Amino acid sequence: MVDIQWLIGGEAGYGIMTSGVVMGKIFTRLGHSVFDYVEYPSLIRGGHNAYYVRASSSPIHSQKKTVDILVALNRHTVAKHANELSDHGVIIYDQDFKIDDIKLPPHVVAIPTPLVQITRDQGVDKLMMNTVAIASSLALFYHDFSVYETILNDAFGRKGGDVAAKNIAVAKAGFDFILKNHNDAFKEKVVKQEQKDVIIGGAEAVALGAIRAGLKFAAIYPMTPVNTVMNVLAMHALTYNIVVKEPEDEIAGINMTIGASFTGVRSMCATSGGGFSLMTEGLGLASQTEVPIVIIEGMRPGPATGMPTWTDQGDLRFVLHAHQGDFPRIILAPGDVFEAFSMTLHAFNLADKYQLPVIVLVDKYLMEGHATLESEKLRTESQNYKIERGKILTDDEAEKETDYKRYHLVEDGISPRSIPGQKGGIALTGSDEHDEKGLYNEEAEVRIAMMNKRYKKLEMATPEIPKVNTYGADDKTLTIIAFGSTKLPVLDAMEVLKKEGITIRFLQILSISPFPAVEVTNILNNSTKTFVIEGNYSGQLEGLIKEHTGLSINNHFRKYDGRPFYFEEIVEEVKKLI
Amino acid sequence: MTELKDLEISYDNPNWCPGCGDFGIWVSIKNAIVQLNLNPWEVVLVSGIGCSSKLPYWVKTYGFNGLHGRPMPPAEAIRLANNGLTVIVIGGDGDQYGEGFNHLIHAARRNVNLTLIVHDNQIYGLTTGQYSPASDLGTKNKVTPVPTVEVPINAMSLALSAGATFVARGFAGDTKQETELIVEGVKHKGFSIIDTMQPCVTFNHKNTYSWFYERVYKLDKIGHDQKNKIKAFERAEEWPLKRFLKEGEREHIPTGIFFVEDRPTWEEGVPQISKQPLVHQSLENIDINPLIEELM
Repeated sequence: MVDIQWLIGGEAGYGIMTSGVVMGKIFTRLGHSVFDYVEYPSLIRGGHNAYYVRASSSPIHSQKKTVDILVALNRHTVAKHANELSDHGVIIYDQDFKIDDIKLPPHVVAIPTPLVQITRDQGVDKLMMNTVAIASSLALFYHDFSVYETILNDAFGRKGGDVAAKNIAVAKAGFDFILKNHNDAFKEKVVKQEQKDVIIGGAEAVALGAIRAGLKFAAIYPMTPVNTVMNVLAMHALTYNIVVKEPEDEIAGINMTIGASFTGVRSMCATSGGGFSLMTEGLGLASQTEVPIVIIEGMRPGPATGMPTWTDQGDLRFVLHAHQGDFPRIILAPGDVFEAFSMTLHAFNLADKYQLPVIVLVDKYLMEGHATLESEKLRTESQNYKIERGKILTDDEAEKETDYKRYHLVEDGISPRSIPGQKGGIALTGSDEHDEKGLYNEEAEVRIAMMNKRYKKLEMATPEIPKVNTYGADDKTLTIIAFGSTKLPVLDAMEVLKKEGITIRFLQILSISPFPAVEVTNILNNSTKTFVIEGNYSGQLEGLIKEHTGLSINNHFRKYDGRPFYFEEIVEEVKKLI
Repeated sequence: MTELKDLEISYDNPNWCPGCGDFGIWVSIKNAIVQLNLNPWEVVLVSGIGCSSKLPYWVKTYGFNGLHGRPMPPAEAIRLANNGLTVIVIGGDGDQYGEGFNHLIHAARRNVNLTLIVHDNQIYGLTTGQYSPASDLGTKNKVTPVPTVEVPINAMSLALSAGATFVARGFAGDTKQETELIVEGVKHKGFSIIDTMQPCVTFNHKNTYSWFYERVYKLDKIGHDQKNKIKAFERAEEWPLKRFLKEGEREHIPTGIFFVEDRPTWEEGVPQISKQPLVHQSLENIDINPLIEELM
């Protein structure tokens, strides 16, 4: 079994991000399972970027601790990451870097490579040394250059001229250098397998889900880690007739989203915790006016600016409780790229059908990481999706109304909504408490009826909301409980433990609100030990479980350093418990 | 033909104080809709929070009464979602020049095709009379025991510099002029702001109807050139004053249209809606397979 982790590091501005994406694509086209993870500071130039791409001939879901191939675009990368190298690790670095004084682990092979020299020989910008580096490292584990050549053609072919040819020539020179001089430096060789997968990032998956769901309007203020959502939507805006606007702030963002949805189109906004702080008043407005909206919240470490480009799960309680007063909201927590796609699809239907805000809670680790995903699974999910707009009056129905009540009290709490432009559907949609017609009203019985109506909708929605996923053992055993992207290293940890004869269960919480209390209770009661793994200081999920089930959790593992969980850490923690 | 009775609701009446300037603006908006012969169901009145922001409750058109200071963003998005609708934004001076001023500036520079009517009573009425960003220099009341040194916001100048393409001031005591301004503002293709001086009879005992009657004059009566931005700035800077009056001096308050400019609108920059409003576009057969293909 091949299990290679490739790491490229260097200064921001040297194409580290692009290189990582390209290497992920190379492994995907070689039919391997891929996961990538990037660490970078919040700046444009300088600073250290590190892009990890792990690939395996068997299914994997997360990064690992050891690096097998280290590609160093500066000397600092060697110094910083040498200690991560595995016992058969190889370093590709520029021949002009002086690394003699850096202590390398035993057995590591460091290959001085003419990364810059090749760019000079080919008469191209020094910045293209990353292309040389990708090709050089490819030659370590795969013999056929064409896999990279095709990718370069795909990327640069449409630019015309000799752009693609130049790139290919530079890359080929790097590839040939290694093949000729260091063919035996790295022992793991990749054998091409049939490609069934695409490679997709969490943010791309969300954007694709939104496009498929019939999104027509998005207002997104730039913020890590949701920028890619906006970029992807904007890239396809003209093809799919979607209006993507960059508002002046997140307050405008959510209020625009509400305005567009009030007018009858599917709308969303996306942000991180800081932007969501500004959105909280709008969140309540959407609930009070019963205007359906979808919000993507990508968590990163707070408070305040915190660590903008790192990952975290500390906004769980925040999205659950944000805003004054009590009101229902749906919060879905996808754990991988497929769930990011399918839950976004689902979010739009839920918002429309139940006329309330739906939050898709993700994090930097999921949004900015890429993973392979069976393309057929994605296509099937897309094909089977039915857009459900819920109770919206048709123009004819609206015209027949003689005394239209926007907030008509009906059994299921969901009043048919009119949209502006419909004759007969004229109504005032307002933020005050209101009567059935929408007129402000502060009578106690009206308040109670409207409050009950709003909560009734959440009750009605509950049966069709995804609740939990379980993996692993069915019998009474140790159960790991987690939400969101923690799923990824947990699955890899379970695989390792299984090989060692240790079977456990994993309970993934898919819906934060409504909380799947019954399902969680049943599984916890059928567990020998319970173990919550989450990325925050105070144990927000653990507290939520206790709140909804009355059950105490025995053990926990929390991280709040901005880094994701590693399966190796989880394996170690589980072993301590059994 | 749309008539005034088509705009009346049967189940409620305005609850403003008797004599409130909001009544004059309310009447003018309804008159303007009738004069423009707009279908009530194709008009959306969008408001924030404050006495004036309740106005949409009492006009039988579509209405959206949102958050304090925030009517502009939903109004802008309404225009993008359905550019067949006439959108009028209503807010007070606290709503538009305090809490939500940011949005006004951006809507102006985008040249969103909508009309903003600011009910400017230079005070916070609903919260019982605190000074506002539009209060005169030297205002002294219960929350400013020391006369304020904060100079009032000059909405006309700010709108001009932000890129508003229709800049006007009205007076709630002159509904004929106010109606004309709203008609012109709605007809104008682009962002129009009508700052309307609106006496608060309960809490503002200085800027009263008679105070305004003695000070307002009409720009169209003095041959003001509406196309001249420099002249518009000069007129805009006449009032409110950023200094105290000299002995025997009295304010001159220009009303009417300061400036009109023809510039492409926000909506015109969106090819996605050039053929059909977003809301009428079909959601059938959305095929993302080409996007999946790119991920291979």
